[in-house]
Amino acid sequence: MADASTPLGKGSGGSPAGPLPAAPHGIAVAEPTHAHHPKLQHHFYSMEQQLEASILAMWVFLVTEIMFFGGLFMAYIVYRTMYPQAWLDGSAALNVPLGAVNTMVLICSSLTMVLAVRAAQVGSRRGQVVNLILTILFGTTFLVVKYFEYSNKFEHHLVPGPHFSTQYLVEHLGRTGADPYTTQLFFSLYFIMTGIHAAHMVVGIGLMSVILFMAWRGRFTPDYYGPIEVSGLYWHFVDIVWIFLFPLLYLLGLHGGHGA
Amino acid sequence: MHDTAKDRQSYLDAPYGVAAWLLTRDHKRIAMLYLISITIMFALGGFFATLVRVELLTPRGDILTADLYNKAFTLHGVIMVFFFLVPSVPATLGNFLIPIMCGTKDLAFPRINLLSWYLYVIGALITLGVIASGGLDTGWTFYTPYSTIGSQTPVTAAALGVFVAGFSSILTGFNFIVTVHRMRAPGLTWFRLPLFVWANYATSLVMILGTPVVAITVLLVGFERTLGLGVFDPKLGGDPVLFQHLFWFYSHPAVYIMILPGMGVISELVAGMARKQIFGYSFVAFSSLAIAILGFLVWGHHLFVSSQSIYAGMVFSIISMLVAVPSAVKTFNWTVTMYKGSVSWESPTYWVVGFVGLFLIGGLTGLFLATLGLDVHLTDTYFVVAHFHYIMVGGAIMAFMGGLHFWWPKMTGRLYPDGWGKASAILVFAGFNLTFGPQFILGYMGMPRRYYAYPDEWQVLNVLSTAGASILGAGYLLTFCYLTWSLFKGERASDNPWGVTGLEWQTTSPPPTFNFHTDPIVTEPAYHYKQVPERETTTIG
Amino acid sequence: MPSSFPLFPPNASSVATEMDLLYLFIVAVCAFFTVLVTALVVVFTIKYRRRHPEEVGHDIHGSLALELTWTIIPLILSMVMFGWGADLFYRLAKPPRDSMEIFVVGKQWMWKVQHPEGVREINELHVPINRNVRLTMGSEDVLHDFSIPAFRVKMDVVPGKLTTMWFRATVPGTYHLFCAEYCGTKHSGMIGQVIAMTPQDYEAWLAGGRGVGTPAQNGERLFTEHACITCHKQDSTGRGPSLYGLYGSKVALADGRTVMADENYLRESIVNSQAKVVQGYQPIMPAFQGMLGEDQLLQLIAYVKTLKPVAPAAGR
Repeated sequence: MADASTPLGKGSGGSPAGPLPAAPHGIAVAEPTHAHHPKLQHHFYSMEQQLEASILAMWVFLVTEIMFFGGLFMAYIVYRTMYPQAWLDGSAALNVPLGAVNTMVLICSSLTMVLAVRAAQVGSRRGQVVNLILTILFGTTFLVVKYFEYSNKFEHHLVPGPHFSTQYLVEHLGRTGADPYTTQLFFSLYFIMTGIHAAHMVVGIGLMSVILFMAWRGRFTPDYYGPIEVSGLYWHFVDIVWIFLFPLLYLLGLHGGHGA
Repeated sequence: MHDTAKDRQSYLDAPYGVAAWLLTRDHKRIAMLYLISITIMFALGGFFATLVRVELLTPRGDILTADLYNKAFTLHGVIMVFFFLVPSVPATLGNFLIPIMCGTKDLAFPRINLLSWYLYVIGALITLGVIASGGLDTGWTFYTPYSTIGSQTPVTAAALGVFVAGFSSILTGFNFIVTVHRMRAPGLTWFRLPLFVWANYATSLVMILGTPVVAITVLLVGFERTLGLGVFDPKLGGDPVLFQHLFWFYSHPAVYIMILPGMGVISELVAGMARKQIFGYSFVAFSSLAIAILGFLVWGHHLFVSSQSIYAGMVFSIISMLVAVPSAVKTFNWTVTMYKGSVSWESPTYWVVGFVGLFLIGGLTGLFLATLGLDVHLTDTYFVVAHFHYIMVGGAIMAFMGGLHFWWPKMTGRLYPDGWGKASAILVFAGFNLTFGPQFILGYMGMPRRYYAYPDEWQVLNVLSTAGASILGAGYLLTFCYLTWSLFKGERASDNPWGVTGLEWQTTSPPPTFNFHTDPIVTEPAYHYKQVPERETTTIG
Repeated sequence: MPSSFPLFPPNASSVATEMDLLYLFIVAVCAFFTVLVTALVVVFTIKYRRRHPEEVGHDIHGSLALELTWTIIPLILSMVMFGWGADLFYRLAKPPRDSMEIFVVGKQWMWKVQHPEGVREINELHVPINRNVRLTMGSEDVLHDFSIPAFRVKMDVVPGKLTTMWFRATVPGTYHLFCAEYCGTKHSGMIGQVIAMTPQDYEAWLAGGRGVGTPAQNGERLFTEHACITCHKQDSTGRGPSLYGLYGSKVALADGRTVMADENYLRESIVNSQAKVVQGYQPIMPAFQGMLGEDQLLQLIAYVKTLKPVAPAAGR
């Protein structure tokens, strides 16, 4: 996205010695003669520039988010390589059907999110409101399922700390070799990774509620829909993180390699 | 289009009062808020440095207790790194100048810019809270497992402070990137940008890529202390060395967050004070990007004796050596820029010359530490301490001071006394060398870092170092005094007191709220000197 | 080198001279460039100082030849430094096979040393000169670092694993020993002395020391006390794999990987026994995490290392 031309895309190309932009009045002074859109902030030249800036900003922000989760994935890779058996044993305690349901739920929420953005672009207020409500509902469903999964782990003493025990793994799942130390590492990473992801979901639902309110008030029009598009990018990002978390945490036993 | 009278009003005069300042969205006012905040934190960090140096006057641990000493160097490091050096140039000079140098009215996201300052303040307040509740003793590096199971001090709160401050720098970097990509004035192509913008752009890339990793790392330390989720706990099979990898993945690039903007400042000052096109513009610009990229691939050179694989050590060593190349390119280009220039001997030049000398020594001593075999002997000794202070203080702070002296008339509309500017540059340069020069020798002799008692034979060098530190401190204090004095009593500055090129010099001093009286259009490359530019701006658009 | 103002620590090991030479080589390169750049800055700023206020500099943009010069020369010099440094590092990282092995345990805030003959000492390390000494080091709590400036060697001591370093002392004398990795309140008190002695003096010192069995003997006792012997039998009939000839061999694991049975593998297999299960065996061994001190672990490892392969037909 690194464009070498000027923000307005007119005048000189990349070369410093290139031809000068046309007469000054062509650019700088002409802008205010447009009808000044009420949503145009004072320091932008045009609605296009404003939209492009906010989209680039969200991408840059998502890069920082990728790096943020990247540290966790790094820890995951290192420890999984060191203790593959603990990963298999720990993974066996995770509920694959619930994880799969949540994956479907998030994929559906991404679809409704896209439809909401589309509705804004074509100017359908009803489409925005309905799809945003669905998105929020899907997000909430995800968190409810996650709640049941977490409480199940608490019941089985699979939360790292002084009460951690591999008893459930050994007696109910037949993971006789489950190591009480390294499986704690697995569950530490499980709770941190899914927990931080869930925190992002909570932020996302909050964000969507604000967007829903704005959409309901009819704030978005085909020439001003930046906030809904940018929030959508965030929502998709959070979904994609889950698409990685699900197989990496839940599906370890499914490709053979039942050790011990 | 605008009311000309209101338009001509400077950003300092426009709506006045506490609320107008604290809720401002003007990047120039936010820069000033940052300048005040980091000055306070610098004074605090300096206070802890003073405690350290005073204790080290004698070989016995006699002035402070061991715990107090450990807290003093820890807080010195935490405050100086996270609350002074990282935001120093970008958040003050960068915030003030980047929109102006890009010929735009403000950064792309003025509210986020303000949020960044508030996050900084919250982070700083949390850190002050940590100090008030007894201090922190983990070292600024938070190495596990001492930080997770060993320390009795409020590590979680300190980690939270660093975490929040980290987000403030992410937001600054993010704003700069979007601004440079999307907000440049008509005709301002990438290769017409001042090198200060290039350097800050490279810095911003490092900020947005590195800071999140240290954020998650300190968060993991916090989780481990509070929730018992032990990711680095050796008792669970966790690896403390993994913490070091994650920590330095940010914290080595963070060094470039501190020095790259300083390099950008020096590029501006060299070109301006010599009134000459910078020598090898594109080499200087791309060397910033090269340093930013290579900076991400060298973190392992902090871990040569940490039990990291020796082959990994070799890879990190060779890449670390490569950083020397773009640094050398920059240094030679600055030097040769002065050839056949018109070098003014006003005070910014003193700071520039001081910077070149100190940065040179700082950079070259990095070669010792990147050399694998030699690093075994030198790592964790005062050689390392001396090396990174030459970069951070001798490089980054000299550049920051130089930049402050260069742009002060623009930022405040006042001139400071030039003689005092020269005197303090000389004082800082001399004091600095006396402080950290002896530490290279101490380091080769084997004096470990973070020791508060040491063998008698090292006292002479330590006393020299402490003596130097007092001169250094006096130099900074002097700067603070005459710059503050100039705010009230300084002579009014003309719009372009140095007679140099650059968009910031083509508007009034201090600039109006929206920076320019007419939206600028750029028709020339940066540093294009045919004659001396106008000293006063014609204010009617 | 007694001197009133020394610039170097004592030179007392086989690598010290080379380390100093490498240091001086880089000092010379750095001094050259410092003088060069400083001279250029001084000459240019004075010779081309501003003569009248309206003067501007010449319109010079750059020179590819110069840029290449100051790209390539630093590149070559830094690669020379890398090569020399990497070579020295490699030698420092690989203990010679004939080294005598001394165990070191770091804890807040002391060094515990155990010699192969059984003599123990605290915050002191006696070594013979002209003999390769390998230190195998563990930590009971946090990170430490064993640093002997006179020998120009240093290595982190990391909890949860064993690290090694080696040196050959050359000059008898008493030298500083430091903990070089920050470890808490009394970090600067975690110091001691390294005493290099002639082989005769060292033997005499050993004879006068209070020994309570060699590490291997103590390890054997622990092996019996903790009932390791009930599963790890000499032949392969036990419920656990035989440990004879294990050290230094390649081990096939249940998950299909193969690992080298070095000190760190042995240590991990004791404290985290399920982490690497040997192929063909059940993961039934209890983990000894927290039940054995770091020095006991080192003793067990010393014992396992003495178990030589029994008969050619015994198999794995």
